[in-house]
Amino acid sequence: QEHEVEKMFTLKPGRLPQADVKNIIFFVRPKLELMDIITDNVLREDRGRSPQRDFHILFVPRRSLLCEQWLKEQGVLGSFIHREQYSLDLIPFDGDLLSMESESAFKECYLESDQTSLYHAAKGLMTLQALYGTIPQIFGKGECARHVANMMIRMKREFPGSQNSIFPVFDTLLLLDRNVDLLTPLATQLTYEGLIDEIYGIQNTYVKLPPEKFAPKKQGEGGKDLPTEPKKLQLNSAEELYAEIRDKNFNAVGSVLSKKAKIISAAFEERHHAKTVGEIKQFVSQLPHMQAARSSLANHTSIAELIKDITTSEDFFDNLTVEQEFMSGIDTDKVNNYIEDCIAQKHPLIKILRLVCLQSVCNSGLKQKVLDHYKREILQTYGYEHVLTLNNLEKAGLLKPQTSGRNNYPTIRKTLRLWMDDVNEQNPNDISYVYSGYAPLSVRLAQLLARPGWRSIEEVLKMLPGPHFEERQQLPTGLQKKRQHGENRVTLVFFLGGVTYAEIAALRFLSQMEDGGTEYVIATTKLINGTSWIKSLMEKLEPAPF
Amino acid sequence: MSRARADEEEYWHSSKFRAFTFDDEDDELSQLKESKRAVNSLRDIVDDDDDDLERVSWSGEPVGSISWSIKETASSSTSSLEGRDSSLQKGSSSYAAFPKQVSSYSLSSLFKGRNKLPSFQSLSDALSDTGIKNYAPELRKPKADYKDYSSDWSPKDTVRRMQRGKVCSLERFRSLQDKLVLLDEAVAGHDGNVITAVLIFLKRTLRREILFRELEVRQVALCHLIHFLKETGEQKLLLDLLRFLDRTEEVALSQYREHLNIQDVEKRREFLKGCIGLPFSAEDTSHIQDHYTLLERQIIIEANDRHLESAGQSEIFRKYPRKASILNMPLVTTLFYSCFYHYTEAEGTFSSPTNLKKTFKIPDKQYVLTALAARAKLRAWDDVDALFTTKNWLGYTKKKAPIGFHRVVEILQRNNAPVQVLQEYVRLVEDVETRLNLATKYKCHDVVIETYRDLKDRIQLTAYKCKVERGSAEEDKINSILNN
Repeated sequence: QEHEVEKMFTLKPGRLPQADVKNIIFFVRPKLELMDIITDNVLREDRGRSPQRDFHILFVPRRSLLCEQWLKEQGVLGSFIHREQYSLDLIPFDGDLLSMESESAFKECYLESDQTSLYHAAKGLMTLQALYGTIPQIFGKGECARHVANMMIRMKREFPGSQNSIFPVFDTLLLLDRNVDLLTPLATQLTYEGLIDEIYGIQNTYVKLPPEKFAPKKQGEGGKDLPTEPKKLQLNSAEELYAEIRDKNFNAVGSVLSKKAKIISAAFEERHHAKTVGEIKQFVSQLPHMQAARSSLANHTSIAELIKDITTSEDFFDNLTVEQEFMSGIDTDKVNNYIEDCIAQKHPLIKILRLVCLQSVCNSGLKQKVLDHYKREILQTYGYEHVLTLNNLEKAGLLKPQTSGRNNYPTIRKTLRLWMDDVNEQNPNDISYVYSGYAPLSVRLAQLLARPGWRSIEEVLKMLPGPHFEERQQLPTGLQKKRQHGENRVTLVFFLGGVTYAEIAALRFLSQMEDGGTEYVIATTKLINGTSWIKSLMEKLEPAPF
Repeated sequence: MSRARADEEEYWHSSKFRAFTFDDEDDELSQLKESKRAVNSLRDIVDDDDDDLERVSWSGEPVGSISWSIKETASSSTSSLEGRDSSLQKGSSSYAAFPKQVSSYSLSSLFKGRNKLPSFQSLSDALSDTGIKNYAPELRKPKADYKDYSSDWSPKDTVRRMQRGKVCSLERFRSLQDKLVLLDEAVAGHDGNVITAVLIFLKRTLRREILFRELEVRQVALCHLIHFLKETGEQKLLLDLLRFLDRTEEVALSQYREHLNIQDVEKRREFLKGCIGLPFSAEDTSHIQDHYTLLERQIIIEANDRHLESAGQSEIFRKYPRKASILNMPLVTTLFYSCFYHYTEAEGTFSSPTNLKKTFKIPDKQYVLTALAARAKLRAWDDVDALFTTKNWLGYTKKKAPIGFHRVVEILQRNNAPVQVLQEYVRLVEDVETRLNLATKYKCHDVVIETYRDLKDRIQLTAYKCKVERGSAEEDKINSILNN
């Protein structure tokens, strides 16, 4: 509004909403579906109205020639007076988290072999380096990581002027392919934030929750209907309480909430001791903060209650048990009863696919007979058209027959200590707390890179897909860091193909470890969970609306 | 409800936050109430605003009573978190958490010609606003600045200009040689957008065979073209290309995918028939065959049943009108449907469950589960009974279930089977502990009592006495056992 923008609308097909404005700007991702909506908008525009409105289009993050071609074919390209791009590669989500919010990145890289998103990742990293200094060390694991590193080096070479004189903030960049660690996103996240995402889905730091638990408790409104609109909340570390509990194992959240409740209640009690005007004034001045803390606490208590209803259900427990069995290597080579039961009861297909893929990954592929059995049951129960989705999963390496006849997973698990039997959920001493036993492979790689270095795990690295590598970017002598004793190194970890909240929690945990010596900042193509991830790989089964 | 509440309270270690509903009658609190109302109404306003913004911006400044006031104090944060808190306060969405040297940064020549790039910090502010602000003066630039048809750019420069989002004419590249150099340059630049643009140009200007041949040795460009054709739905060219490359399975799958766009069932059936011969993997071939057979079957059943239903003669359809058509439903759903409406039909008819079972080789387990669910829904307990009764050659009958009787019990229970029916199957559960659990859970008193009797567990039996009704037959039973 301060830039004289009258109104903002969400993009939807049909006639544009009425607004007395001259210029209309479309802010879009370069996707063909969106182009169709815009075409529709433009074509339905009232020609006769005056003054005639001008259209402009802004592509985020890149101007797409394909999209322009498409608009041209629809005969509306000429309607746009300006076509520009808004180079927004990495969007800051939190103090230590950047995301490209490109949902299809994983699918494009591993199914379609389209590396455009990698190009954008490299661009984003160049921007970051322009602002925060050249990153002297680059490590990586996986095909895509290799590509991104190559592009960065190339871009640097082609633009020698990009050598900047900024003191580097990051010491190390670690590029990780999602397909190096296919396992982690499939497992159910057990941190507070992870569970909110698993159950309700966090969209751009917002979550929509069922309203029942948030009904205002006021006197005289007993008969009033419950709100029907979902309750919408923003979640990020600006909220003091949330910052404290988001990365905790859910089983440790309850005690924090009750402790907070006591503190706040004590604070409110102080009003009784306020005797003088000055004291009352001081108390009142603190009110806004106390109110905020109170409502924050009430919200999170409600959310925790909602989650607890689910985590204490029998089915959640059974599902988790099976997951943990697979991850600790039990019975991964035969048809699992629970999965069969779930299929028979027609549980959501995505849940089934998550479990079957998890089993496949934990067994380095399933025995042909087992795989065929699952496939048959899935197709018969959910429809034959899902053959397409199963093929996609196979292509992505999530669901596959065991080819080599050897199961590498036990070796990987043991060497990287992916399964920890003694987890402390309340006061964790290892990253495995985020999955109550399983330590995310990706984060373990980051941890081992910092200490003692990857040389110690060469054998396992060879078992994981894609090359691992190290590159150095020369810094001018004046900029080389002289490290103070006790100063932490800063590592930027870039997950190509998505990262889960639990993995972020694990990295934050490592940052906070007293003797860790490394702080982590996280970047990714997209924040994912098992469900949204599998969904992105599924074939869209509804026919297009035209 | 009250039980659940008690649980919750226990879980929260009897947390006291409930005291903050501000419902206490304390007079001193009237001012508090007022301020709360004020805060609430303020939040309403802010929220609305926020809603509006949120749709377009990914990272709007957190507006809400929580965040702004939290900045005022970070006093109660625990020491281990302190380091982070101090940076987090500055804003989750503001990038200020990183140290930076604002004064010295100037965007490098990498971004030359893209001076529209907004300064990085401003990304955090509602991004749309800043964007527009930065754009406004730009819009007045003459168009000619961006377009440059006249100059004679080399392939390399052309690609580079395109990467920077400038419009370039590709028409100058006439010879095949030039075009291929251009393509290779684009591929080397790794920018999918440019690669695709060049491919569109090549697709328009090259003969198909030549294009295919050249792409075969350029895998990256090839992948982009395939992706592009999929996106734009140029099915025919895509299939030609895949065939040329001998990627037969992909041809088959891609062709099969087409059926999803066919709404008319008859046409869809015809189309699927045509898919059967396609070169799928052996495994998939049988699935596609089944898919066709199933749809064919559904069309026949649908026509028959719609007729039956509208005629109003058939009791089952009158009593349980169909909620939806059976067309395009999965196999197991179809089986359920057939067990529901056509259970007693002879194997010869297309709609009989046994026929479906045979045609699609449905495993016993799956069949029994589905039939059980369907018959239980109709409360046809005799059919349920028959499902698990087998006769051996001596004529003795025996109860057997391929799915385990505990599952049978669950399904029956979900369909509200009466206790008499339920306990018959609970009794058949082999594992004693499971049996006791189920029997207790579903109040099959007889089974519980008998099991304890067989276990000779007097203590448990005595304890159970308080769970049955006083003066009931069950109580008598317990007493008589205990007295023996």
